[in-house]
Amino acid sequence: MNPVQVAGVWKYYGDYPALRDISFEVQPGACMALLGRNGAGKTTLLRIVAGLARPTRGGVSVCGAECRNRATRHSIGILGHGISLYDELSAFENLHLFARVYGLAEPRRAAMEWLERTGLDRVRDGLVREFSRGMRQRLAVARAFLHEPSVLLLDEPFTALDDRAIALLQTLLRDALAGGRSIVVSTHQLREALELATHVALLVRGRLAHTGERTAEMLEDAGWLYRHYGEA
Amino acid sequence: MRPKIMLAMTGIAALLLARNLYVILQVLPDEEHQNAAYRIMFFHVPDAWTAFLCFLAGMIASVLYLAKNDLRYDGFAASITEVGLAFGAANLVTGMIWGRVIWGVWWAWDVRLTTMLVGCLIYAGYLMLRRAVEEPGERAKMSAVVSIFAFADVPIIFFSIRWWQHQQHPEPAKLPPEWWAALFMNWIPLLLLAGVLLMLRMEQERIQRQVDGLRRTIHAF
Amino acid sequence: MAVPALRGSVSFLRQSFTIASKDLRAELRTKEALNASVAFALVILLLFSFAFEPTEVETRQISGGLLWLVFAFAGALILNRSFARELANDCLDALVAAPISGAALFLGKAVANLALLVAVELVCLPVFGVFYNVPWTLQFWPLMLVVLLGTWGLTVVGTMFSALTVNLRLRELMLPMLVYPIMVPGLLAAVQLTTPLVMGQPLAADLMPWLRLLVAFDVIFTALALALVETVLVR
Repeated sequence: MNPVQVAGVWKYYGDYPALRDISFEVQPGACMALLGRNGAGKTTLLRIVAGLARPTRGGVSVCGAECRNRATRHSIGILGHGISLYDELSAFENLHLFARVYGLAEPRRAAMEWLERTGLDRVRDGLVREFSRGMRQRLAVARAFLHEPSVLLLDEPFTALDDRAIALLQTLLRDALAGGRSIVVSTHQLREALELATHVALLVRGRLAHTGERTAEMLEDAGWLYRHYGEA
Repeated sequence: MRPKIMLAMTGIAALLLARNLYVILQVLPDEEHQNAAYRIMFFHVPDAWTAFLCFLAGMIASVLYLAKNDLRYDGFAASITEVGLAFGAANLVTGMIWGRVIWGVWWAWDVRLTTMLVGCLIYAGYLMLRRAVEEPGERAKMSAVVSIFAFADVPIIFFSIRWWQHQQHPEPAKLPPEWWAALFMNWIPLLLLAGVLLMLRMEQERIQRQVDGLRRTIHAF
Repeated sequence: MAVPALRGSVSFLRQSFTIASKDLRAELRTKEALNASVAFALVILLLFSFAFEPTEVETRQISGGLLWLVFAFAGALILNRSFARELANDCLDALVAAPISGAALFLGKAVANLALLVAVELVCLPVFGVFYNVPWTLQFWPLMLVVLLGTWGLTVVGTMFSALTVNLRLRELMLPMLVYPIMVPGLLAAVQLTTPLVMGQPLAADLMPWLRLLVAFDVIFTALALALVETVLVR
């Protein structure tokens, strides 16, 4: 049973199909890069897998259970466009909050540990609204990884990250893959995503135009995939 | 087929209304206490019954939408709530006219009228909410929740205002039994009218759904 | 490495408490909504006294209505912020995706809102007593009970509709438009209970129907909100 199984997912907004018959699976230790132009449906699909939206038809199972299941949500980590952190709380308070929401056995220790791993332990009591962009992003990464999720869903994570944050994220993602976790990352930044990816999926107007392993050609020539399967 | 049904219903309603108006205006005697104005009751009371039925149906359709996720239930709920609001407004206006003639005041905080007023305010809020939401699925979901809250509130509103009034005015007059036949006779054409309006409105909703879908498809590409 | 606790052991109440304390901590740090609400309440109290110039006797007779109008209007400011504060930085997404039920999230926020609203009300009451020269503490504990029950009704309906309207452009307009008509029976009951208590009459048998109505209102709408909030939060 694969950690992420998407079967026959359709999503309608009124009469308009944003996603049409999407089916794919992600194995443990695999990283799937979700590619596609703006409006192709990448964010919609990720939100459905994350349990933030419900599909009109079809289903998603994460770690063997329906993704909106309470138990399953422990296994999912998300990193979206916003950092999902509270400006008025400190770095430590934010991580501690999420550690408690996720039911970690030792929330304080987990929070401190991740502050150290992301190099933010010196500013643990600083309010997030006073942080620089890079610090906010590193804290967001800490929040996503805090509860050791088996499945990571990242929506355009490399956009607007500074070098330090990108390096940190790539290290964490590689470690996660080595540890048998699964990742789905949607992106425009083909280079960074394709380096990490073991598989790719191309969305064109809500349909899955291609899924398969990430080949060397795709890595060398960023536009290869679009030319062969997408639209010019 | 449907336009023929609607035309038939309108025709029957018109005939019944004509017959009822004749009975109400010519045949029934003047009421001892209240002079000729009591005749407006034969529209005022069935208006309230119709509005109430519409709101109840709207709530049931809302629950069904949440259970089944079919936008047609939402179209029905929205249409019938609008029709209900129209009859509620008619109830308020006829009530105010009657009050002006009988008591000399346009508004007297009578239990039933006040309950209808608050109800109409809630459902007006429902319609405003629908205007404010673009996406059909979200709109349907939010309206369904408001409709459930609204209808759950209606009996509570009625009891609370009744207790409030009890402390200030005596019990409102009960309807004399000899009126019941005429009231029901007049209710039928009003129900037919409600049915016609509902079908008109639902057709509009259906076409709007199609237009929305087409518009999104065009804008996406 | 941190080891996640067994899933079943994360209790509903503990999660609600986590959310409630988070909301309170965040609000107390900035005090934006709290200050705005208190300021607004004081201004309304002042305006009423200019607008109606009630004598002391008259004030006592309208005290319930006056107080609950102030509470309802000032409270809307706090209730509006409730879910709106989750929109910045997409925090709502993180919470909805987390293993916390919509009901626990709602309950936590409702409890935090209750605390904030009651705090505002506890500032308003002495100010009311001073401006209008009305001794209001004669039936202090029964009055506190009514304040609590009435405010819970307002909070439950307001927090629910805050969740409903969170993504709307016209949120600030739609929230009062939806909440106030639905609140009519709850506010009516609170007013009918508050006036006699402020006048010093005890909570006697003739007031019991109103108390029962208020409790019934609270119970029904709390149940409805807990049942429906999850549907509203997942798109």
